[in-house]
Amino acid sequence: MVEIEGLGPLVATHPFFTGMDPSALEIIVGCCANAVFKTGAHLYRQGEPADKFYLIRDGLVTLEVYVGGRPAIAIETVEAGEIVGWSWLVSPYKWSNDARASGTVRAISIDGACLRRKMEADRVLGYEIYKRFLPVMARRLLNNRERIVELATEPAT
Amino acid sequence: MDGFAQHDDLMPLPVDPMIPRLFRIVKVKKEVRGVFTWHLVPVDGGDFSYRPGQFNMLYAFGAGEVAISISGDCRDKDKIVHTIRMAGSVTKIMSQLPVGATVGVRGPFGRPWPIEPLYGADLLFVTGTIGLAPLRPLIYEVLHQRDKFGKVVICYGSRGTEDILFEDELHQWRGRFDTNVHVTVHSAPSGYRGRVGSVAAAVRAASIEGANTQAFVCRSETMTKPAVDALRARGITSDRIWVTLERNMKCGVGLCGHCQFGPTFMCKDGPVYRFDQIEHLFEIREL
Amino acid sequence: MTRISGTKVVFGRPELDRLIALLRADGYRVIGPCIADGAVVYDEVTSTEDLPEGWRDDSQPGRYRLDATGDGELFGYGLGAQGWKRFLYPPRQMLFRAEKAGRGFRIQQRDDDGTPPLAFLGVRACELAAIGVFDRVFHQKGFEEPGYLRRRTDALVIAVECARAADSCFCVSMHTGPALPAGYDLRLNEVVDGTRHVFVAEAGSERGAALLDRLSVDVPPPALVAEAAGQAEAASRQQRRRMDPDVAGILARSLESNHWEEVAKRCLTCGNCTMVCPTCFCTTVEDVTDLSGNNAERWRTWDSCFTIDYSHIAGGALRQKASSRYRQWMTHKLSTWHQQFGVSGCVGCGRCITWCPVGIDITEEAAALAQAEGTSAAGQGHLAESPGDAGQGR
Repeated sequence: MVEIEGLGPLVATHPFFTGMDPSALEIIVGCCANAVFKTGAHLYRQGEPADKFYLIRDGLVTLEVYVGGRPAIAIETVEAGEIVGWSWLVSPYKWSNDARASGTVRAISIDGACLRRKMEADRVLGYEIYKRFLPVMARRLLNNRERIVELATEPAT
Repeated sequence: MDGFAQHDDLMPLPVDPMIPRLFRIVKVKKEVRGVFTWHLVPVDGGDFSYRPGQFNMLYAFGAGEVAISISGDCRDKDKIVHTIRMAGSVTKIMSQLPVGATVGVRGPFGRPWPIEPLYGADLLFVTGTIGLAPLRPLIYEVLHQRDKFGKVVICYGSRGTEDILFEDELHQWRGRFDTNVHVTVHSAPSGYRGRVGSVAAAVRAASIEGANTQAFVCRSETMTKPAVDALRARGITSDRIWVTLERNMKCGVGLCGHCQFGPTFMCKDGPVYRFDQIEHLFEIREL
Repeated sequence: MTRISGTKVVFGRPELDRLIALLRADGYRVIGPCIADGAVVYDEVTSTEDLPEGWRDDSQPGRYRLDATGDGELFGYGLGAQGWKRFLYPPRQMLFRAEKAGRGFRIQQRDDDGTPPLAFLGVRACELAAIGVFDRVFHQKGFEEPGYLRRRTDALVIAVECARAADSCFCVSMHTGPALPAGYDLRLNEVVDGTRHVFVAEAGSERGAALLDRLSVDVPPPALVAEAAGQAEAASRQQRRRMDPDVAGILARSLESNHWEEVAKRCLTCGNCTMVCPTCFCTTVEDVTDLSGNNAERWRTWDSCFTIDYSHIAGGALRQKASSRYRQWMTHKLSTWHQQFGVSGCVGCGRCITWCPVGIDITEEAAALAQAEGTSAAGQGHLAESPGDAGQGR
């Protein structure tokens, strides 16, 4: 419990939860834990059950896709102030890529399996969470569309 | 010009802007794949001066002309520097010319980047792939006058880790305490420690404050819009965004018509534009 | 004695022949109207025998025909199929010749030496205006075209005022004619009736006055002067077509109009309009080498914004659709030209209407755009993304 009280302000001040209703925040804090990853360490691995997401406080996280027949490919980086992981929100709740620390990463992990149950029971909480995740997913989609356009229209240097 | 001499009394006649001046290639430097840099000196030994952002029409004997931005330091009076990407038949022939070969040069043409009017501002450069070449003269000039500006941030993107143009210089600029360089790639080998993602994403993450920032964008026309959108999302208004564009420039002096963009001739009213002045044209299809 | 402006003289056809002969003796290449391939064209003339005596053109949308009138009128036609552009800014011009020398090459400047000065006979008011437009295009501060300037500076202009208008004409609404303003060396009004065939002439420059001095002329009776003066007025009254006076604004506001797609259903993108237009100035360049590879030339040739290649960039042509290309041409001609050169690019000669194979009428298209602008929320939703798409991924 001591740790949770300590994490409360960190969660509340992370840009992802800006403006979150205090009672909802309290429920979320009840599902979270501190996490530190050394350079190269995995936050999660492709194909494993997705039961968490991370608020990145410090450091850079690289998303890598394992495609078979060759080493994994780094496809995106996520900066401090952002979140990593939304597969816990979408069935079948499995990670679609690896996430690795590119340098030391300080983060707060939030138990997605726990939060899913609470969101099911508390639709207002569920709506608050979706309202925050949807723009993140939309922004990543936009980033990828931009890269597709760029790859289709601009030669490799 | 004998044919013109007798008419001098009627109308002052100019030097013919369609006749190239001869330059010698004194150095060829391979850059990333498909890209090379020329150092050129005038065969006639005369001067050559230009402003960052301007371009020349380069002529390869018998093959044709292409519009290429100047990529060197405008304070370097010994040579002009062009960085060229092999994109068509003329640039392919150019890539095969050895040191000592002669080429034709017409120019410099076009409106340069603004410098003096932006004293005091934070500067953000947004570019990708070969687009760093037209911006490099401006970056050099800004670094020459570093004390005249606030923050200097460079966001550069390339396809992979193998085709980062001017990589040594990007490292060098990043090493300065007064310059912030974000390099991003579309994809990288596993374990890569740098940023991966679109240039626009790098702009979204750049350490700038919108209110006092002037941004310079050098991307394809296609990728300029996402860059501008990302800049505006950071609070940089269109009147503080400078873009450089490219059309089919053939004459360089507004006489052939090809590079028209709305009422402007890109070769002389551009290639550098303040974005608010062309914003209304930018999303009209096939203009 | 000089007679610049205000002093009118009269002479007959033999003196016109003498004028041509004098000019030729002075070293001018005299260019005037002739008949070729069933049309009036401008080409070298050596006497009035070469002029289209007794022919009148019937110029309508998509239609051109010469009719014999049986009278002796030399300038009874309206306009040549192509204007004076091809002489002042030829369809093919060599820019330079280059020759290999050692490891490098040498460039020989283009050399127009030896091409004689031109004398244009039969320039109409709209054509004079078109030359005025070219003067602005090719003589801007810092951007001059020396070949044009040389030919233009040398050229002697003998204007002939229109006595009638063709069906395609709309110079009145462009304020370029049919009355001749200034800008000529000599002006003529041809008067033909049962008893006489004369030219009422007036000098507009020292050069023109000096020429008149060398001719045998009479003082015209007041009735003849009045008759000549009435010709342009008559030609004005005959004009049915008019350009909307706000066309520059209409076009600037119509970039996203649905109407462009309507024009594109008819437009063949053949580029005829740009070729016959007296102010279209676009060119491309061609590089050629000889078989030895030691000699290269660079040529400038007329180009048209209706070709796909015109807007070619590394990613492909920017203006793929006929609607975009027609929009570029018309918007440039009538709207953005003002911003570029301070005048309209259209002089109302009507050639683009006559020589369009499907008879597209630029004045009607302007009117249709004006109407579309007035009756609809112009082009709304036409080019925009669907709301669902536009909202995505912010």
